[in-house]
Amino acid sequence: MIPDIPISLIALCCGLALILIGLWGMLTQRNMIRIIIGFSLIDTGIHMVMVSIGYVTGGTAPIINDSVPLAEAVKRIVDPVPSALVLTAIVIGLGVTSVMLSFAVRIYKARKTLMIDELTESKL
Amino acid sequence: MIKRIIIFIMLGLMAMIFFNLASNYVENESLLKLGRYYAEKGPQELGAPNLVTAVVVTYRGLDTLGEVTVLFISAAGVGLLLRRTRRKQNDEDLEKADRREERAGVHKPASEIVETATQLLLPMVILFGIYVFINGHLSPGGGFQGGAIIASGTMFLLLALPESHISRILIAVTESLSGFSYVVIGVLGVILAGGFLDNRILGLGEYGDLFSAGAIPLIYCFIGLKVGFELSAVLDRFRKDDTGPEKT
Repeated sequence: MIPDIPISLIALCCGLALILIGLWGMLTQRNMIRIIIGFSLIDTGIHMVMVSIGYVTGGTAPIINDSVPLAEAVKRIVDPVPSALVLTAIVIGLGVTSVMLSFAVRIYKARKTLMIDELTESKL
Repeated sequence: MIKRIIIFIMLGLMAMIFFNLASNYVENESLLKLGRYYAEKGPQELGAPNLVTAVVVTYRGLDTLGEVTVLFISAAGVGLLLRRTRRKQNDEDLEKADRREERAGVHKPASEIVETATQLLLPMVILFGIYVFINGHLSPGGGFQGGAIIASGTMFLLLALPESHISRILIAVTESLSGFSYVVIGVLGVILAGGFLDNRILGLGEYGDLFSAGAIPLIYCFIGLKVGFELSAVLDRFRKDDTGPEKT
């Protein structure tokens, strides 16, 4: 009934689509908050791509206990390295987003606008 | 108009690259070399069932220290950017005035349901956060996740009781102490075990126990406290700021 698409391919495509949507948002939107949302979408998309690349067919979470004994571990778990990388990337993304948002707050306080078109002094 | 066309051409090209990537994608049939090494050696070497934790805290521990540093710097940056500019004379007087201002209706009080639910759930949320980071080496979770849960508890508190005051000193002391202890454990690893942030400075204990895997639970507790308090401070900064002039 359902065509045989590997689950990691679905996650990969979703991630890539999210990256495209985020990029579109960052390029076309004029409101700073929307640009930051676009950035977050790119961030999330990249995380999804990274996690899906680390997937191993039929693998489960890389936690070795009674349900996944050590002897079978190599065959039954997904790659722990991309997961660890994504964990780092999420935290860094959070830090970057919070700094961007506080910049937006500061700009709004100073200029009473969030539209980048009205901040002309940075234009050449 | 031309801008739009360029943007769409660019996005189309990106989509082509991505399409190529996705259409040539083949799912891994087995682990790569590094992942295989961690899966085979990790549990015996470090005694941590959760391999992601083993990688994050010990094998790539230095990266995690860098990550914590980045988070700290961004929290400091938020604090710097959103500081109150008109704090010149007596700090306390101004704080009091601000709080009076807040009480006078700048903040709309939350509904009773939200308030009661917060009083009921907040301790549990924080307890769950602590559970998540203490069990980071056994189950999915860890310092960053637990810290984020604690910060979500803070968010809860700020939403339900907007006037509640979060002690800056407590945040600063806990954060710096836990960051400091993290580095001290790392240096102890150099002296007592194989290298910086080596977890074998304490006994590995029984595999799968709460007190096992050497220093990993300890490190994750420090990371969890640090991240939780840091994120709470960030949230607090974003809240305090909304007494500013944009409320017109």
